[in-house]
Amino acid sequence: MRAGRRFAFSLGGFVITIALTFLGLLAITFFIGRVIPIDPVLAVVGDRAPQAVYERVRVEMGLDRPLIVQFLSYVGDVLTGNLGMSVTTGRPVAQDLARVFPATLEMATLGIIIGVALGVPMGVWAAARQGTITDQIIRVVGLLGYSVPAFWLGLIGLLLFYARLQWVSGPGRLDIFYDGLVPTVTGLLLVDSLIAGDWTVFRNAVSHLVLPASILGFFSLAYIARMTRSFMLDQLNQEYVITARVKGVPERQVIWRHAFRPIRVPLITVIGLSYAGLLEGSVMIETVFSWPGIGNYLTSALLNADMNAVLGATLVIGAVFIAINKISDVLYRVLDPRAR
Amino acid sequence: MSMTTRDWLLTESPSSRMQARLGRSYRVLLALLRNPLAVIGAVIIIALVVLAIFAPWFATHSPYSGQLTNRLQPPSAEFWLGTDELGRDIWSRIVYGARITLMIVLLVAAIAAPLGLVIGAVSGYFGGWTDRILMGITDVFLSMPKLILALAFVAALGPGIENAVIAIAITSWPAYARIARAETLTFRNSEFIAAIRLQGASAMRVILRHILPLCSSSVIIRVTLDMAGIILTAAGLGFLGLGAQPPLPEWGAMISRGRAFILDQWWVATMPGFAIIIVSLGFCFLGDGLRDVLDPKSGGKQ
Repeated sequence: MRAGRRFAFSLGGFVITIALTFLGLLAITFFIGRVIPIDPVLAVVGDRAPQAVYERVRVEMGLDRPLIVQFLSYVGDVLTGNLGMSVTTGRPVAQDLARVFPATLEMATLGIIIGVALGVPMGVWAAARQGTITDQIIRVVGLLGYSVPAFWLGLIGLLLFYARLQWVSGPGRLDIFYDGLVPTVTGLLLVDSLIAGDWTVFRNAVSHLVLPASILGFFSLAYIARMTRSFMLDQLNQEYVITARVKGVPERQVIWRHAFRPIRVPLITVIGLSYAGLLEGSVMIETVFSWPGIGNYLTSALLNADMNAVLGATLVIGAVFIAINKISDVLYRVLDPRAR
Repeated sequence: MSMTTRDWLLTESPSSRMQARLGRSYRVLLALLRNPLAVIGAVIIIALVVLAIFAPWFATHSPYSGQLTNRLQPPSAEFWLGTDELGRDIWSRIVYGARITLMIVLLVAAIAAPLGLVIGAVSGYFGGWTDRILMGITDVFLSMPKLILALAFVAALGPGIENAVIAIAITSWPAYARIARAETLTFRNSEFIAAIRLQGASAMRVILRHILPLCSSSVIIRVTLDMAGIILTAAGLGFLGLGAQPPLPEWGAMISRGRAFILDQWWVATMPGFAIIIVSLGFCFLGDGLRDVLDPKSGGKQ
């Protein structure tokens, strides 16, 4: 009974925290969009807009009203899904974002799968061989993940694997003659081509996806391997692990059954964090690979000074980022008996 | 009995405050020298600083003007790393680019670290509502994706190196505020702070003279570890055309120009990338080493 009430209380506190964080995000994008630019109207319509359009947008944006009223109506707009019009595409920003988001989601998801599949075993391996040359190599690979510019690695990847070795396809999601062959259901090309049962399109989509996703995966691998190693080291020094060893349990079993099990829960948080990080990291990769996702949308909007599109994309990436962070936080609390 | 400099530095009973400080720095230095990766990192950073200061001596050509007849030359004895599409020597441009990278990194650190330190220390020292409001703002910034936020700020401020610095600084301070607050909380109620307050010191004096110096070593470690990220963000902004503007030899912008020639003249985009990687790795190595030495609590944790 008391536990239930405490749970409800912490759930309420949690909802309030999330709501405040989202409100903070809105305050920041509002600040960027309406307060920093000297003339927000110019920032939205561009300097080539005719006077009539300028006046209309000025009234539409309600710039004659006090700042707090403007903010509240901005919050109302966002909550009802109105992110304004994009000057470059001429469509509502919300509609644009819904169209480009699946491409980013597909790439980031494959990226995190690669990152986890390689990063976790690497981290465990490094911890099991602490101080050896293997450990050092994995450590340097991990630090490289913090030191290599993503866009540069993308260019080098294209040069090597596309132009020279011809193992993968080039920029874009599909070769031009496969474009539009499968009907859009989820927006995820791999899933859509499977639904349509079109293996040619599926193979082509994979050959386009594998390089950018692997590069994204490398960056999450760096972080995941590093954290896995430090969690494992903590466990391997615990007394129960020593006990298991003294009892003669085989080393492989000590590592995977005794030491690895307890770190699965903190690893979920790490994986959640790096998944959110990949959604952000895809901005640079998408630019290099002409990947029609949210990152590419954001950068082309930036270069065209399309402020509504910039803020809309920032808002969506920020919201997804916060949501994934908070969800992994909740999962940690639910799964770890000590944190309850 | 003669006393060597080394003995004077390592004495257990220093006779002046300066001797104690120098002795501590010397111990940190000795510990750092035992860490091979930290030494490599330090050598890289020193090389970067030397290159930046004495750029005209190390550059073999002008970084801004080249001969079009020499355009897109592969690496050779005359052009060590090749030339770009305007016939400019890439090595010389990388050398001068070190100045830009160093300047960005120093400016971001000079803006973000003090800002974070003061906000964190004020928050931790006063507690209560001050703490709640300041940390609420900090947490909102902390939970944002940094690169996206920096992009959006540059979009509003306009492209350029100064605005890129401001945007990166705005996104970097919250981590330092968190660290400074945590440190402040550990000694807020200690006796030496109480003694200073009984002597009538104002809150500002306590924070500036007594709390901030104690927080700074943790923040310095964190800043060093963040340097790689700052360099990558700045290079990313340059790559997108939002950071340093041409003809400035900023490394990210150089990669962006080399992108058009990546298939046939690979060196134009590749070489500046190596410069970025080496410098970022240098900061990572040094930061890791500094953390092991200055902050033994979290040593080996990550």
